[in-house]
Formats: sequence, C-alpha cells, structure tokens
Amino acid sequence: MLDKKRTQTFIFGLFALVTILVSVISIAVVFYVLINGIGILSWQFLTDIPRDGMQAGGIFPAIVGTLILILGSGLVAFPVGILAGIFMNEYAQENAFKRFVRLMTNNLAGVPSIVFGLFGMAFFVNGLGFGVSILSGCLTLGILILPIVIRTTEESLKFIGQDYRLASYALGASKWQTIWKVILPAALPGIVTGLVLSIGRIAGETAAILFTVAAYFLPRNPSSVYDEVMALPYHLYVITTSGTDIAAARPYADGTALVLLLIVLILNISANIFKKRFSVTQK
Amino acid sequence: MAKKIRIKERIIEGLIYISGTSTTIAVLLIVFFIFKEGSGLFFMPPLEEGYVIAIHPQNPVKELSEKEIKSIFNKDIVNWKDLNGKPEKILTFVPDDIELVFKPEDLGTDFVLLKDKMETYALSNPNIILAMPERYVGNALKRIPIDKIGLGSFLFDKDWFPTSIPLHSFGIWAIILGTLWVCVGALLFAIPAGIIAAIYMAEIANPRFRNIISPFIELLAGIPSVIYGFFGLVVIVPMIQRTFQLPAGETALAGSILLGIIALPTIITIAEDAIRATPRELKEASFALGATHWQTIYKVVVPYSISGIVSACILGVGRTVGETMAVLMVTGNAAQIPNSFLSSVRTITATVAAELGEAPQGGIHYKALFMLASILFIITFLLNLVADRIASRSARK
Repeated sequence: MLDKKRTQTFIFGLFALVTILVSVISIAVVFYVLINGIGILSWQFLTDIPRDGMQAGGIFPAIVGTLILILGSGLVAFPVGILAGIFMNEYAQENAFKRFVRLMTNNLAGVPSIVFGLFGMAFFVNGLGFGVSILSGCLTLGILILPIVIRTTEESLKFIGQDYRLASYALGASKWQTIWKVILPAALPGIVTGLVLSIGRIAGETAAILFTVAAYFLPRNPSSVYDEVMALPYHLYVITTSGTDIAAARPYADGTALVLLLIVLILNISANIFKKRFSVTQK
Repeated sequence: MAKKIRIKERIIEGLIYISGTSTTIAVLLIVFFIFKEGSGLFFMPPLEEGYVIAIHPQNPVKELSEKEIKSIFNKDIVNWKDLNGKPEKILTFVPDDIELVFKPEDLGTDFVLLKDKMETYALSNPNIILAMPERYVGNALKRIPIDKIGLGSFLFDKDWFPTSIPLHSFGIWAIILGTLWVCVGALLFAIPAGIIAAIYMAEIANPRFRNIISPFIELLAGIPSVIYGFFGLVVIVPMIQRTFQLPAGETALAGSILLGIIALPTIITIAEDAIRATPRELKEASFALGATHWQTIYKVVVPYSISGIVSACILGVGRTVGETMAVLMVTGNAAQIPNSFLSSVRTITATVAAELGEAPQGGIHYKALFMLASILFIITFLLNLVADRIASRSARK
C-alpha cells in the first residue's frame, strides 16, 4: 500500500515536472524575444521605412502590409465562415452530407500552409491572373482561416440553449429572424473569439504568402489591390536568412520579431478574455 | 410586405447553404490545382526545356539511359566502347563549348549560322554527343530519345539536382528521408511529453495550477512558426554548434527540437479533451475497488481515452510534416541522405518554399515542386482521415 502511494507520488511529481517544462519553453521563447527586442522598439522603428539594406530604419511598410492582409482576408473569410457555421449548427441535418462537410472542414484545417501558398499561386496568381498581389494573398489567407472561423462559430452557436429558439418561435419569429435577432447576438462573444484567433493566425502566417503577395522590399504604401506588400513575418524571415549582412541586421530583426510577437500575443490574449466572458455569461 | 421578407430570407438561406459547402469547394480546388500542375511532371523528359541529345548518324549506339547520359556529361564515362559503341573517346558538346569551337564572327548576328556550322562540325566528328537547344541541331544528326520521368524514379532516386544541365535529377528520396528524420526526432519527445502533460492537466493538476499553465500552452500554439524559426536560428542553432563542435549548427536536431515544440500544443490540447471526456462513474468504480489515483489513470482513464490520445498524436504528426518556416530556417537544407541528427537535412516543405521562387512558371522544376506539394498534401490528408476515423470511433463508444 505504502509502495503504491510512493509510486504514485513519484510519477505525479514527474508528470508535474514535464508539464512545467513544457510551459517554461513557451515562456522562454516569449521572454527571449521580449528582452532582445525591447531596446530596439521606438516610435521611429514603428513609423520609418527600412534603410541601409534592411539593417536600420523601421518596419512601417511591413506593419501596414500585415494590417492590410488581416483586413482583406477577414473580408473574405468572416462572412463566408460565419454563414457556414450557421449552416452547420442551424440548418444541416445530422446526415452523411453534414459529416462529409465536417470532414472536409477538418481536412482543410490540416492542409499545410505551404500547400495553401502553392494553391494560391496556381489558382489566384497564375490561373485567374491576379498576379502576386494583395488580392491573391487575401483570398489565399481567407481560405486558410475559413476552418477556424467555421468551427468557432459552430461551437458558440451550439452553446445557445434550445429554449432561446423555442421562445423566439413562440413569438412568431421566422427561422432567420430567430437566428439574426436572438441566436447571433447571444453567440457573438464566442464568434468574436474565433475571429480574433484567426486574425492572429493571419498575422503570423508566412508560407502561404511567400508566393502570393509578399514583397522582399517595397518601401511605399500599396495603391491598389493588385500591388504587392511587405508583411511582418516574411520580413522577419528575409532579414534573418538572406540579408546582405545578417549579423549587422540582428538588432533590426530582434525588433521585428518583437513587434510581430506582440501583435499575435495581444490578439491571442484578447481572444482568451472574450472566451472567458462568453463562458461566464452562458452559465 | 410579408412576401418581401420571405424572399429576403430565401436569399439569405441560399447564401447559408452555399457557404456551407465552401470548405468542400476549397479542398476540391486545392486538389485540382496542386495535382494538375504537379502531374505535368510525368509527361516530360528530365531534360532542360527545348534541348535535345544528339549523336553522329553513323554512331552504332541507338539509345542511352538517363544515367548513362548523366555520366557522359559528368565525364564519368569517357569512351563509347563502355556504351556498346566503337572504341572511341567521347566528345561532348554543350552550349558553353560554342565559344571554344567557333569564332563569334562566323556565327552571324543572333547565331543564325550556328545550326549549319554545328551540323558540319558534328558530322566531321563521329565521336560527338551534343546537348543543345533543338533549334541549333540539324536534322542529319541522330537524336537520342529520353524517357519521361517515372513515378518510381521520382520517389526513389537519391539525387535532387533540379537545375543541372542537360539532364535534371528529380529524385526525392533524400528529401523524404530528411522529412522523416526531422519529424521522428521531434515526435520522439513531443508525443511522450505531450501525453504526460495532457494527463497531468486533465487528471492530476489542481484547478488553480491548471489555470496558470493552460494559457501558456495556448500561447505556445499561437506563436507564429517564423518566430520559432527565428528563435531556433539565434538560440538553438548556435547552442548545437557549440555543444557538438560542428562547423554549422543547422542540423536535423535543431529542426527536430523546434518541430517538437510546435507539435506539443496540438497534442496536449486534443489529448487533454479526450482524457477529460472519461465518464466519472468509471473512475469512481475504480476508486471504489481500492485502486489508487495513478492505477485508475493507467488502467481506466488512459485505456478509455486511448483513441482520442492516438488521434491527437496523429494530428501532431501532421503538424510536424507540414511545418515549413521553422524547418526551412534551421535545418541547413542540404539535399543529401542524412546519416545522423547532426547532419544538415532538407524537408519536403523547405524544398518547396526555398525553390519555387526561382523556378520558372510552368517549367519542369516548377512542376516537380508542385508534385512534392501534392505528396505532402496526400500525407497530411491521409493523416487527417485516420485521426478523424479514430476519433469518431471513440465518440460512438
């Protein structure tokens, strides 16, 4: 008996250790980037264009580019994704078709981002002739985040109790009126969580934009949707692997990594807060 | 009025149904475009576009294998008698030789006279073999047919020299092995650590501890892979270089460590959900029989949730196979068959990401990279299907 207890204490201790180690890794990555980059961060770094062969100056065009990509792919994916989520939870019957759609959504979520990049290149850039452009990039990224938007929308709609629907129907509301006036407002915080998470994904996505939109160096603002843009993650990749003098560009890279990480962190943390608030109101 | 509303609702519901099929359409489009571009590879000979291989018409040699042609132009085979021909030294001729043999002023503007001069020159050298653009090769010369690329040689040949001239080598075996090494190395620690952390979080940890830890694991999932790549490049790579006294720290090991970290949150969150779904009654029955908590975990909880745990691991595998930026940045990308974790390797994803930018659109190299992406797609698609099957089996139970 004592032996069993001792084994258990030992094993549980070991398990705790492994779990703590895993979380320490994430803390280490975040802190490393924070500490190295914080000294570089300045108003000028955020608002200036890259200078001296991307070893000095700022990252303003990359920030603008990332914001444009977020906005554009949101425009593509949010309406379609939310409607598809509504379809999955409110309209689709539990049948083979729904199972198939779910399987396809899961499969799309599992497609590696480089494959999205190639698809975007073959379809949007070359096939439809959009060229390497904001349009191609946003369409590619929009499809990439579609599964996230659909799943979180569906999950949050599932949370809404059947009594909401019945009460609305009892008042004579139609199905769409019920969804629009009752279900969606109630599920909104959950849906927003999904949207914010997907924005975080876009902000950090590199492989999918390599061949669809990302510009190596383009220190001006885009004038149309057919322009290329710089983007933070691709910029970070470029300056750490293929610059003229990689060692000299290190501080500049540290700053870029920090800005990118901060954007992603802020998005993820606010998604978490939304989620918490949502689960509280649902109880 | 009521009718107007009905029409509006019909339209909206139509949009909802269309949106419902969006992911299916997306998957089909991806399959179509990736495979369409990729399959073109198997309809082309592995020859520089527009080139032909030709020999003297009196040369008794009728056909040459791909390997023989490569050996000839690499000067590994130097005599025709090794190829069942006359015992004569082989004279190779490629575009670089034009200036050595002919004077520029003899060729006219834009090489208009080159074709005729070439023909005369080739006919006076019975031991010649040329690899030249088709338009400069006269009809009197005997062309050597080149086989199209086969699936077998694409998958199992060791050499990946997509731009070598005149014949390209598109063998992805070294790349497949590189991918395998990096992923196996990653999963070797990510799967045990991920399962242990999932069990700990779902079963053992007290709620307060869990509330502190779980945001960090979610954070781990949210960090972009290019940041991991950056971290790997500036921290892990130099560390490996110093520890093992290597000339360069960009190794399979660095890739494995990063991929393991990247796969961890996928494995943990999905496995944790599966473990948490174990019915309370089962656990309490086990406790009632006098089992300790640990005995209950490995005799009841883990067996009950094993399919969820397995499917979490499979999705973790998919995550590592498909990860691009992090491995591209830290594995060194040498297309060679790896012999240890300290050698530089190149994965499927890294090859595509690194080379597509330089491959001319629609060319054979471009198609080979799309074929690589198709293989990647098939692998991850199958992994997802299997994970889905296993997970839904547990749901039915």
